[in-house]
This record gives sequence, C-alpha cells and structure tokens, in this order.
Amino acid sequence: MAKHFNILAGMAGAVALGVMAVTPAAAWEPTKPVDFVIMAGAGGGADQIARFLQSVAEKKDLTSRPLVPNNKGGGSGAEALIALNTTNDPDHTILVTLNSFFTTPLRQPDLGVDITTFTPVAMMGVDPFVLWVHKDSGITTFEQWLETVKAANGEYVMGGTGTGQEDSLVITFLKDAYGLDIKYIPYDGGGAVAKDLAGQQIMATVNNPAEAKGFYEAGDVVPLVAFSDERLPAFPDVPTIKEKGQDFSYYNQRAVVGAPGQSAEAAEYYQNLFKTIYDSEEWQGYMTSESLSPLWMSPDEQKEYWALQVERHKELLANMEE
Amino acid sequence: MEILELLSHGLFLAIQPMNIALIVVGVTLGLFIGAMPGLGSVNGVAILLPITFLVPPASAIIFLAAIYYGAMYGGAISSITLGIPGASTAVATTFDGRPLALKGRASLALVTAAIASFVGGTVSILLFTAFAPPLAHVALSFGPPEIFALMLLAFATFVGLGGDDIPKTVLSICLGLVFASVGFDQISGAPRLVFFGISGFLHGINFLVLAIGVYGIGEMLWTLDTTRGKITSTEARMTFAGIVADTRECFAKAWKGMSIGSFLGFFVGILPAAGATPGSLMSYGVAKMTGRDPDSYGRGNPDGVAAPEAANNSASTGAMLPMLTLGIPGSPTTAILLGGMVIWGLTPGPRLFTDQPEFVWGLIGSFYVSNFFALVINLSFIPLFIWMLRMPFTILAPMIFVLSVVGGYAATNDMHDVWLMLIFGISAFFLRKFDYPLAPAVLAIVLGPIAEPTLRQSLLLSSGDPSIFFTRPIAGTITVIAIILILLPLVGVIRRKLRGTNKASA
Amino acid sequence: MRLGEIVTAAVLAALSIYMMWKSTDLNIGYVAGKGPGGGAWPFWLSAIMLVCTIVIAFNWARRTSPPSRSTEPVLDADGRRMLLQVGGGIFVFVALINVISIYGAMALFLFYYLWFLGRHALWLALTISIATPIAFFFFFEALMRITLPKGMSFTDPVFNVLYDIIY
Repeated sequence: MAKHFNILAGMAGAVALGVMAVTPAAAWEPTKPVDFVIMAGAGGGADQIARFLQSVAEKKDLTSRPLVPNNKGGGSGAEALIALNTTNDPDHTILVTLNSFFTTPLRQPDLGVDITTFTPVAMMGVDPFVLWVHKDSGITTFEQWLETVKAANGEYVMGGTGTGQEDSLVITFLKDAYGLDIKYIPYDGGGAVAKDLAGQQIMATVNNPAEAKGFYEAGDVVPLVAFSDERLPAFPDVPTIKEKGQDFSYYNQRAVVGAPGQSAEAAEYYQNLFKTIYDSEEWQGYMTSESLSPLWMSPDEQKEYWALQVERHKELLANMEE
Repeated sequence: MEILELLSHGLFLAIQPMNIALIVVGVTLGLFIGAMPGLGSVNGVAILLPITFLVPPASAIIFLAAIYYGAMYGGAISSITLGIPGASTAVATTFDGRPLALKGRASLALVTAAIASFVGGTVSILLFTAFAPPLAHVALSFGPPEIFALMLLAFATFVGLGGDDIPKTVLSICLGLVFASVGFDQISGAPRLVFFGISGFLHGINFLVLAIGVYGIGEMLWTLDTTRGKITSTEARMTFAGIVADTRECFAKAWKGMSIGSFLGFFVGILPAAGATPGSLMSYGVAKMTGRDPDSYGRGNPDGVAAPEAANNSASTGAMLPMLTLGIPGSPTTAILLGGMVIWGLTPGPRLFTDQPEFVWGLIGSFYVSNFFALVINLSFIPLFIWMLRMPFTILAPMIFVLSVVGGYAATNDMHDVWLMLIFGISAFFLRKFDYPLAPAVLAIVLGPIAEPTLRQSLLLSSGDPSIFFTRPIAGTITVIAIILILLPLVGVIRRKLRGTNKASA
Repeated sequence: MRLGEIVTAAVLAALSIYMMWKSTDLNIGYVAGKGPGGGAWPFWLSAIMLVCTIVIAFNWARRTSPPSRSTEPVLDADGRRMLLQVGGGIFVFVALINVISIYGAMALFLFYYLWFLGRHALWLALTISIATPIAFFFFFEALMRITLPKGMSFTDPVFNVLYDIIY
C-alpha cells in the first residue's frame, strides 16, 4: 500500500512541481477542498443560499480548492455546530448559518457549543419575515387579521418550520403582544409550509418572502405585515409591525462563520473571498430578487452582533416557554 | 392545439446538437451515479449544479433532467446485480430483481427494468403534458391527513410481504419505525432517542445506512456462509438475440406491472411529501396483490421488477409537476433543481407556465428525448453489467464490501454511519439466520419519517380528534381502503385456522 | 440454533426496553387537544416489539418456530472462520479509514481479500487493489466533488499532490 502511494506520489510530484512553479507564493490558500457545512438539510432556503454562494465561487474561479457543500441539518443544526467544534482541520472548515446558530446552543445547552469561539467570516445579508394569509380568506389588513384570529377562539391554525424555529418566535411575539390564541403546526421546511397555505390546509404563516414568492406573484397569498425595520422594497404597500406601534423586528441571518481555532490567515482568506462574492453582481441580484436585506459587517461587528443576538434570543425563547 | 404547438417547439429545442450532447453525457453520468450504492440523483444533480452556469438556463435544466433520468434508471442496476438498493426508490426492485439475477436471469431483469422505466417515464410525460396545471390543484388538496392515509395505504399493500413468522414480521416493522424516529422530533423541536448520547444519531438513522448494512454486508455474509464460498459466477450470457428474447418475455410477463406502476407511480409522485419511494412500493404491492400467482413474487417474477421500476420513473417525472407549477419540491432532488431555477433567475410557481413557456416546454421536450436516450444507453450498457456479474465471486464480494463502506460514508459524510452500517450488517446476518424478515424494517424506515409527522400534524389540526382521518373526503376514502386491505389477510388467516381446527377435530 | 433463538429474542427485548426507556425523555402520553407527545411513537412501537419478543420466546418454549426445533449449530467451524475472516476484515478496513485514509484502507482490504482469502494470483490482486482506490479517487474527488476521509495528517503530502492534479 505504502509503496503504491510512493510511486504515485513520485509520478504526480513531477507534474505538481510544474504546476506550482507557475503560481506565485502568495498569502494563505486552502490546500484541500474546503468543507462547506450547511446548517440545514438539502433543498431548504439556507441550502439554496449556500449552493448559490458556492456556484458563484465556482463560476468566477475564486478558490484554488473547491468549496464542497456538506448538509448537516440534524437536530436543528446541532450536528453542524458539533462538526465545526470537533473538526481537526479548522482552516478548511466553514459554516453557512441561520438563526439556529444562536437558538440551538441555547435550547440544547448540553451540546457544549460556545458560539463565541467561532470565527466570524461574513454577514451576507438578512432575510426578513412577512405574515401571509390565503387570498380566499378575504383578509387584507393586519387589523382584520387580528379580529379574525380573536373570533376563531383558539381554532385559528398557523403553520411553521417548528417550535423554537425563527417563525415560531415571531408567532410567539404576536401571541403575547395581542393576546392571541393560535394553533401552531410544525412542518419540516418553509416550502411545505408555503404549499399548505396555498392549499388552505393552514390559515396563515410567517415566512420569508423567498419561500412565498411564487404564490404571491400568482395572487394566491396576501402579505399583511412585515417584521422588518423599514418597508421592504419588494412589498412597498405592506406596512411594518413598527408602524403598528410595536417595537419589534426579526430577521434570519445568512452568514458564514469559520470553525473555532481557525488561524488568522485562513480567516482573512475567507473574509476576502466572501467579500468578493458579496460584491459580485450575482449576489447583489440574488439579494434583490429574493428580498434579502443587505447588512455587511466587519468581523468585529459580527462578534458584537452575535452577542446581541444571543441575548435577544434568550429573551424570545424565555417568552416561548411561558 | 396550442399545447401541441408549444410541445413541438420544446422538442425542437431539445434536439439542438448541443442539447442532445448534454443529454447523452447527462444520462450516462446519471446511470453510473445511480448505480453506485449511496449515491443517487440528489448527489448527481447537486454536484453538477455549478457546472450548468457555463450554458444557457434551458440547456442547464435539460442537462440536470438528463442526470435525474439516468440516475433513476441506474438505481435498478445495483438493486439487480449487487442486491443493494442504491436509493430508496429502488428498494422494491431488489425483491424480484435479485432472485432473477441469482437464477442467472440478470439480463432479463435488467432489460425489464430498462423497458419498464421507459414505459413509466413515457406514460407520465404524456400525462404531464396533457394535465399539468389541473393536477397541480389535486396536489394542493393533499394536506397532512391525506398524506398519512396514503402512508397507511402503502403499509397495507405490504401486509403480505413479511415472512411466515408473524411476531418476527411485526417486530421488524416496529424496529424500522422506531429507527425512523431517531434524532429529532420535528413537532416538539427536541432531540429524541439519541442513543448513548452519541452525536451521530442527531441526524437520525439514514435509510441508506440500514439498507446497505442489511443488503450489502448482511446478505453477502449470509451468501458466503450458506454457499461456503462455492458460487463462482452466475451463468449469465448476453447476446443481441438474447436482448430481443428478453424484451419479448418482458412484455409477455410484465405488462401488468408496468401499467400499474406507470399510473400509480405518477399519481403518488405528484404529491409533495410522498414521492417516488412510496409510489414504487405501492405499485409492487398492488402488482403482487392482483397477480395471478402472488407467491411467485419475491422469487424472481419479472412483473415484480417492472412494477416498481415503471413507478419510480413515472413518479420522478410526476415530482416535477408540483415543482414547476407550484414551486414546491416533491423530493430532495427536485428541491435542488428548484434551487437551480432560482439561481438562473426563474421563479417556479403558478405563473411559470404562462411567463416562461419556452423554458417549460423546452424542459418537457427534453423529458421525452432524455427518456428515449436513457433507454438506449441503458440497454447498451447491460452487457457491461452482466460481464461484471460473471467475475469470480472472490473478486465480486470484496468489491461489494468496498462499495458498501464507501456508500455508507457518502450518504451522510459521517464515519459514525459507516460503523452503524457495519453493526447493522452483522446483526442482519444473525437475524436472517433466525428467520427474521428484514425487508419490512427497511420499508418502515423509509415510510416512517413521512407517516409520523403527518399523523401528529393531523391530530394537532383536529385538536387530538382521530376522526379527522375519516371525515375529510379524500383522507376518509383512502383510510377505509387501507383498513380493508389490512384486514383482508387477517380474515384469510382466521378462516384457514378455523378450517384447520375443523379438520383436526374431524 | 435453539439456544441462539432465545438469546436473539432476549437481545431484542433488551433493545426494546432500552428504546422505551430512552423515549421517556419526551412525553409519551396523549396530550389532550394536541395528540400524542414526542416520545409516544417510539415508546409504544418499542412496547409492541417487546410484546413480539415475548411471543417469540413463548413459541420457542412450545418449539413451534423452525429455529427453535433445529439442532444445527448457528455457525459451524467453517461459518465461524468465514465470519472472523470476512467480518473481521471489514472491521479492520473501517477502523483503518481514519488512520491511513479510505483509499489506503480500501487497497489493503482488497489485497487481503483477493490474495489471502481469494487465493488469486499476486499480479491480479495487486492490480485490482491499486487500481480501485485510484478509480474511486477520481470518481469521487474530481468528478463528484465528494471528499472522502483522508485519515491522519501524515497522508497530507500525498493528497496535496493529488489535489494539485485534479483541481
């Protein structure tokens, strides 16, 4: 065995020398394929974004080694966090995150994951949330919706991606702020939620614009209120919850982080790489078409943002448990 | 006829030289990816997605669709030649495909699989062309209670599949269903059954890990033990005349399975959340139930190869329907195709047919062309697979073990699952010795993750009232049929018992 | 066989009890207005498994199932040797993956099986055990972009060179 690799290595080495001579000795570059961990299963919103980022890197030939997508959605992303925490090659391991980056370690403290040890890389944007109803319900305003929910007396059914997930936190906020009684059905992904809203299996959802876009354009679903700081460019007529007098906004982060213990050189490499992707025409166009809000941050700002979000989610989760 | 005009335009687009080249490359690649245990259409489509940026969107999706088709054909190849289902959609193909191969009729099984896939694919594309938009609404009317009823029906068609030992069969089903619930409880959002606190269980027990363990490792050890390593090769020969004869035999013996699979597969396939696997399992079950000689199924009946193969191809095309018309993926593979469409700047959804007719009909046109090429390319590779089977068993066996280990890893990228697969394999070897049927466990681990959440979603909807499965018209009808099917064999058993005791007393 | 049958049933019963116990981490009851709790599905199905093992044990006592009547050994001498050689071989193969990479372990396993167990000619055994890992490497890493385990860091120089070739 050892022999066969030696022979092979010898042969290949000759070829490789030729290749290496051309590349100038530069700063740190990956020497192996980069483990591009995704905190969600194949096919979901987070997965789509990760694969988009990967394809931009590929198309523009930005990396000397490919980014290899690796879906680890198990346990609400716990699996991905553990994978990063225990990797023996932090310089070649990065993670695409969503808000379960904050909530999962809080909800499952025995994982032993401390996200402050992770390396900030890039904040690619934040995904806002919108409240949707089916057009046949006849509801067109948020006030009307509140009345309908109250009149339903606990029989109002909403769907979402699961207890403790982003949308359920927003629904919990609505329940507390307006004293609503809502039945919540968990699904395994935003796409399934959007489908059952269109099929009127459920009455309303809180979902990212990207997931509901197709049905919205066809007129099947109606947006009532956005949980963003300002009105969304794609839905200029939809008021924000702030205009309704609530000091609340909620976004899902679309960020890239490095494994704990990543070397400063490697971190800088990835920061530059994702800055290039962020500035690309493709990513800017994607953000517009999928209604993502830009929120670029420096690594230090990201660290601060994490601390802020951890505190915020502690509160939100505490409310939910009551 | 506006549709015909659009379709001919689509066909014209698909037979552009570059697109034809992409189809041929895609189908061939897909065939090998599908034939590799552990890799399926999901991997093929996901990995080749970035490459498609080099070509225009219409060509890109044609390329991906060709890979998808190729992989669907390829899944049957490992099921038949190695006895390992390469993907969950090909589980049912092993039931009769493997016995045929062991009888030296691998070529008949492979030809039947190829032809059935073609027929299934063609029927579903025709249904797709004619009824896509109205069928989308059928898909929307299936909520959690309907899907659960459908899973019940899928189980019901399999009641007869177990062995003669009833407690062992029931145990096997329950084991699969419990394994299916390992990892994470979607409804309460809490980790569940993380055995011994090992983090590898957080992502659950993947179907492939169990299937490769049982069929790749366990079954191979069992074969080595029972034959004392004396089987050297199967008596498989392959000639052109042989293919022609096989084709004739295939149509004579398997036309029924093919037609059941084609239609049933399509209708189950268009339902998001159900997909190709339940479709192929149900088709096998129905073919067996309605067969003239039900006992010959599972012992190498070509009809038992044709039904699931026609169904999984038909369902794969069907799964494209909710994706294109509603923007909802019916399977992980279509989910990735959907992502691809978003990247190319298309919005899948109710308006895609009107806004982007050229793209949609180009894609449908490419279905027809891909399906045809998949048949031709598959048939031409059959001699290669037969040649593989003729290798001495002492070469084939270690190769199968290597494929199993690599496949076990590639399914989830986790060494934990390779160990788990090895444990399953050794356990399966012993369980098999004591007459425990394991196919029910493998089926249960596929259907369980659909059945449990939909059951609980339904009960949440009805505030815990189980009558929801009877009061909704679609769910009610399916539930009643399922219950009748489950009770039928019981009646038979009781009647036989009664008669038996009568005889004994007489 | 007769002893094996009851031992297998006992092992499965122990597994069912473990899974039942593990399920009780979540609510195993029926929550009014909400349906079954998170642990109910695995708990009650494991309970059915336990009942099945009891019935199997009962059949064993009555000697109604074929394995409970059989006097043949579960594994005779040949069977034991096969399991040790083949099963043990796969075990070592898997154990070596994290040390000398999946490709190295694969080559060793193939060589062991072909040359030692299969008694094939040395040239044939060597050719297959060298060609297979190379074919796998190019199929997975270059074509499919799937990274397989590379073992401990001492294999890095070899793979770094290979990566330079394929990327």
